[in-house]
Amino acid sequence: MRIKRLRLTIASVASLLFCGLAAAQGTSEAAVKAAQSAGDNAWMLTSTALVLLMTGPGLALFYGGLVRKKNVLGTMLQSFVLMALVTVLWVIFGYSLAFGEGLPVIGNLRYALFSGVGGVPNPDYAPTIPQQTFAMFQLMFAIITPALISGAFAERMKFSSMLLFMTLWLTIVYLPLAHMVWGKAGLLNAFSGGRFPCLDFAGGTVVHISSGVSALVCALYLGKRKGYPSELMKPHNLVLSVIGACLLWVGWFGFNAGSALAASALATSAFVATHVAAAAATLGWLVAEWIMLGKPTMLGAISGAVAGLVAITPASGFVTPGPALLIGIAAGVVCFLMVSKVKQRFGYDDSLDAFGVHGAGGTLGAILTGVFATNLVNDGLKDSAGKALPLGLIDGNPMQVAYQCIGVLISWALAAVGTIVILKICDAVLGVRVDPVHEEQGLDLALHGEEAYAFEPERS
Amino acid sequence: MIKKIEAIIQPFKLDEVKEALRAIGVDGMTILEVRGHGRQRGHTEIYRGQEYQVDLLPKIKLEIVAPHNRVEQIATALIHAARTGSIGDGKIFVSDIAEAIRIRNEDRGEDAL
Repeated sequence: MRIKRLRLTIASVASLLFCGLAAAQGTSEAAVKAAQSAGDNAWMLTSTALVLLMTGPGLALFYGGLVRKKNVLGTMLQSFVLMALVTVLWVIFGYSLAFGEGLPVIGNLRYALFSGVGGVPNPDYAPTIPQQTFAMFQLMFAIITPALISGAFAERMKFSSMLLFMTLWLTIVYLPLAHMVWGKAGLLNAFSGGRFPCLDFAGGTVVHISSGVSALVCALYLGKRKGYPSELMKPHNLVLSVIGACLLWVGWFGFNAGSALAASALATSAFVATHVAAAAATLGWLVAEWIMLGKPTMLGAISGAVAGLVAITPASGFVTPGPALLIGIAAGVVCFLMVSKVKQRFGYDDSLDAFGVHGAGGTLGAILTGVFATNLVNDGLKDSAGKALPLGLIDGNPMQVAYQCIGVLISWALAAVGTIVILKICDAVLGVRVDPVHEEQGLDLALHGEEAYAFEPERS
Repeated sequence: MIKKIEAIIQPFKLDEVKEALRAIGVDGMTILEVRGHGRQRGHTEIYRGQEYQVDLLPKIKLEIVAPHNRVEQIATALIHAARTGSIGDGKIFVSDIAEAIRIRNEDRGEDAL
């Protein structure tokens, strides 16, 4: 009995081995493809999670530490609730309007409720990973972009009005812009025959210009916080902000290197450019403030890092490390001047500097992408003979700088006009600004009925 | 005669001051965390280029109630322990106390100290 079973087992193992070998020889190409696809999908799922990490806890901590103690929960909730709200909108219609093939300026509803979005890759976007992975990766971008805006109206916007604002903003500003730049046959999509071929690897226009410019409009429309700038409104906990900025830096590897949409050499190149730019920008901001204000600060260092990450975002998949260094240093210095000099000169209350960092850094990065993009890094654009086309100015394509400026202008215009219209609607329906008494009391207690810190000594 | 000695000192000097007072036999004191400024006039903090004048600085206020004949000794010990020589070291105020009562057994006057 025992021997018989053993014999059977040996026989079955042998036959399995034989079958396996035969299959491997016959379809080795398919096996390689499957392995690559598995590798790509593993990296893209990881990147997707990394980009979510940027909003919560990254941005929530970064912004939360910068506000006053009485508003920290309200500020963090604005980031956190968008992880929920945008996800729901994305599944219902967001992904489809951004990535369904429709008009040059907006997608159609073919993917509404994720219909047809499953395990099969969509060759128009990412031929080696399930379309569901691609859709989730893009969702994380759609979450953090509106969350960035919240830095401009921190400490004074109604929560109800913010939810309405974000729903409309995603629909009217983000989805069209994402479609134009990244969607199939989008107006600005360089890789899909767009009318104005704009290079934006990971979202300089779609994410940072759109959120930064909208942030400025919000700051101007809502007006200054009560008591700004005469009252003391210093950050209540910079330690939280440092942790948040570090998480943003780490998450940004998913954001930029993940935008290669594969575990490829291009992903590595974007990873390198991202890290190098963040480092250079940190030093750029620190040195600038040291020279101009006398002291290097922790807040300056993390602000510089974020500025560099913003500016390299559109360029990350197109530039070599040298230009990444330059873009980083430029972003550190320019964004420092924006928040410390320009903002004070004009007197608007962009509370957490969403415009100074994301609007200015995004614009700078988008234009410099047109200067430094090279087909040595990214040969995705080919002529009919299969030869890689020149990308930026340094490749001998000066027109690209003009196209980048067109992309920037369209992004600025759409964000500014869209945001004004949306704010008017929100103001008419719900009112955008909190009651002055609530503002004084703090949003945590007034709007949410809770407090962040309970440090009173216990009485026993 | 009972006196109250109030000393406003730099927070980081508290341990040295407590040590010095214990050494001369002071075995009771009350400590308050307070904010204020004298001639030191606070300091400037800069956040992203925005300057803030912080004029109320954290200080420690020590209160000691003692018989009048010990005031000089206590004040001297305080001064030696709390002095750094720079502006912001603080001040000492001495005032009269009308009555002292121990809650546990209703001792009064110097007996209550």
